[in-house]
Amino acid sequence: MAVQHKKPAPAATVRNNYFHSSPPIDQVGVEERASRFTKRSIKKESKKNGLLLVLNMIDLTTLEGKDTDGKVKQLCYKAMHPHDAYTTLTGEELPTVAAICVYPSMVKVAKKALGDSGIKVASVATAFPSGQAPADIKIRDTKYAVNEGADEVDMVISRGKFHAGEYNFVFDEIAAIKEACGDARLKVILETGELGTLDKVRRASDIAMEAGADFIKTSTGKIQPAATMPVTLVMLEAIRDFYYKTGKMIGMKPAGGISKSKLALHYLVMVKEVLGEDWLNNEWFRFGASSLANDVLMQLVKGKTGLYQAANYFSAD
Amino acid sequence: MAITKKKAAKKSNTVKLKFDTSWTYDPAPESKSAATIAKQYDLFINGEWQKPQSKKYFDTINPATEEKLSEVAEAGEADVDKAVKAARNAHEKVWKKMPAKERAKYIFRIARIMQEKARELAIIESLDGGKPIRESRDFDIPTASNHFFYYAGWADKLEYAFPNRQTAPLGVAAQIIPWNFPLLMAAWKIAPAIATGNTVVLKSAETTPLTAYKLAEIIREADLPPGVVNIISGAGATGAAMVNHPDVNKIAFTGSTDVGKIIQRAIAGTNKKVTLELGGKAANIIFEDAPIDQAVEGVINGIFFNQGHVCCAGSRLYVQESIAKIVIRKLKDRLESLIVGDPLDKNTDIGAINSKAQLDTIHKYISIGKKEGAEMYESSCRIPGKGFFCRPTLFTNVAQSNRIAQEEIFGPVLSVLTFRTDDEVIEKANNSPYGLSAGVWTDKGSKIFNMTKRMRAGVVWANTFNKFDPTSPFGGYKESGFGREGGLHGLLPYVELRS
Repeated sequence: MAVQHKKPAPAATVRNNYFHSSPPIDQVGVEERASRFTKRSIKKESKKNGLLLVLNMIDLTTLEGKDTDGKVKQLCYKAMHPHDAYTTLTGEELPTVAAICVYPSMVKVAKKALGDSGIKVASVATAFPSGQAPADIKIRDTKYAVNEGADEVDMVISRGKFHAGEYNFVFDEIAAIKEACGDARLKVILETGELGTLDKVRRASDIAMEAGADFIKTSTGKIQPAATMPVTLVMLEAIRDFYYKTGKMIGMKPAGGISKSKLALHYLVMVKEVLGEDWLNNEWFRFGASSLANDVLMQLVKGKTGLYQAANYFSAD
Repeated sequence: MAITKKKAAKKSNTVKLKFDTSWTYDPAPESKSAATIAKQYDLFINGEWQKPQSKKYFDTINPATEEKLSEVAEAGEADVDKAVKAARNAHEKVWKKMPAKERAKYIFRIARIMQEKARELAIIESLDGGKPIRESRDFDIPTASNHFFYYAGWADKLEYAFPNRQTAPLGVAAQIIPWNFPLLMAAWKIAPAIATGNTVVLKSAETTPLTAYKLAEIIREADLPPGVVNIISGAGATGAAMVNHPDVNKIAFTGSTDVGKIIQRAIAGTNKKVTLELGGKAANIIFEDAPIDQAVEGVINGIFFNQGHVCCAGSRLYVQESIAKIVIRKLKDRLESLIVGDPLDKNTDIGAINSKAQLDTIHKYISIGKKEGAEMYESSCRIPGKGFFCRPTLFTNVAQSNRIAQEEIFGPVLSVLTFRTDDEVIEKANNSPYGLSAGVWTDKGSKIFNMTKRMRAGVVWANTFNKFDPTSPFGGYKESGFGREGGLHGLLPYVELRS
């Protein structure tokens, strides 16, 4: 074993064996169960309340090479005021989104723009999205984001090492980043689209949670397929088992590919029926998405007026 | 390290998931107005609606509300005789002479009209029988029409089903179906019979006669020659008249083992052929190397599908002892997310028990289970005040000698037993007078083949349960009956093979 990390503690070896015993996952069964959630009929009040909840769970995201202060500021305004016309129309306040998700270099801008709105700033780190950088750079990347004011850090695991069977490496890396996070909450991105099987999704989830993740997250949005319902179901079940084993709650964030309200509601059904009440809030469940918010807003307005407004009525940020 | 572990363990004793969430589903009922139910149904004999000579009618009710839906004719001996004569006449004069490819066209037409009327059929099936609309819409009706499609395809290809043999139809088939899958069972019985050139007298179950009469309307619309399919309703006496009728060549029965035995005695010494599909007490076996969450889901669907009114329901769960605690916890959690209630609501998972009599039987077994010392757990869900409803229930600490582990309950009640070794579980699984179905859950392929080879059951599912397809034969070992329905095998009970 190539020892690149500092202390391969004996405890980690024990854990390594543990990860080999992550329960097997049957893909056919998972797909069947996942499709069952989509059969729930969400109408009327439950649809409206579900959509409000979804809006409040969104990590509004911009992760582009061409991101600028201006772009991030506009996105922050959208986060705080998703659609003021809704209040004019209905007299009801809309919730804000949960967080803004940006690169470390944009954290300060976002933090300032959001002020005391209560909206969190999440920053991707650890050489996102590939994760192909030396350990010390990843730690510096993380510390930089936290020092700039990030409330949450979204890290990527080393999928190459994971595929090579170096689970100790993956474990230790997550543990080190967790330490570098300080008080910031750590979301661990498994990039499930690169893992290949649901068995590996389960194993990666177990490793991340044991190593100190506060959240586990499907994907970066840079790799296809990103979030899918079967993958999310496997991760939710891993969270449930971990909760029963340790008493510790872990959050879940599917990201990438969830752009329609209906699909988001299917995810909400899944959270409700797998983990229940305690996870049905943005403290423990998030959607990583950029275009979902406008579809949710369009559906909310439609719920009031009975008519779909054209996309141009909703701000494109 | 040791201290933190201890702390965590202590904490985990109190952890519990709360499925009674603040975000709830609003009622999403399917509209009753999409279905037409007549006030009264007469017997469907010789292509016509005929008043019963018995002059009797009986009510059929909605088990979810106990309200009357309609009344249907009760066929007496004279009515049965009339139906058999009509079938005989159609067989001799029309159906057996018709080129097989022409017969097939009628059957394809029936299948297509069923698809067109799928929504209405699903609503009526749920109203009359109590099953959730999700199941009648997504399973019962499409599978029923698929059976007609499948056997229509065989009608003119029998020489490929039985190479180097000549086939001939048997004649008139008397078919008696149960109340758990009314339309689907009618399809299972009628489709292979008429595809092979037989004619049919079919009796629906006493509590669920409506979709069979809807099928009669479809058959009329399809212009099937009069008398090829005759549909009547009634209870045990009507069934007895059919079985004992001297001009019947073939009896196909799905129902209880007790009645199956009566039928066998009644036809002893006659030339009547018979297939019986009877009760079951299926073993569903989870090994420690199984994909546990998927196995738990399979167990839930295996026992709670159609309120457990399924002859092949996985009602005996065998869990390897090393994972028993985890599996039972997961089962209990899953029980909490099942929605019990209005069968017409699209979100309902478990509908109404089919009849008061069946609900009483289920309650009887639940109290037997308690008396036997097994530990009962039921979902905390609310159930409607009116109608026949039963919370999904499971018993743990069940012994092989308990009646709840041996006898068919035919309701949403699961008995959980444990085992240690492969040999032990095979012995226990086979230790039953029944042998209709079984399930095996393991990630290990070789274990699946070893288990399925040694299991005495007509159907063995591996890492899944309750999967049905027209192409797949279905039937029992031992007191679960004999003969196969579905697939190529399902043709054989309706043909005489000549060299």
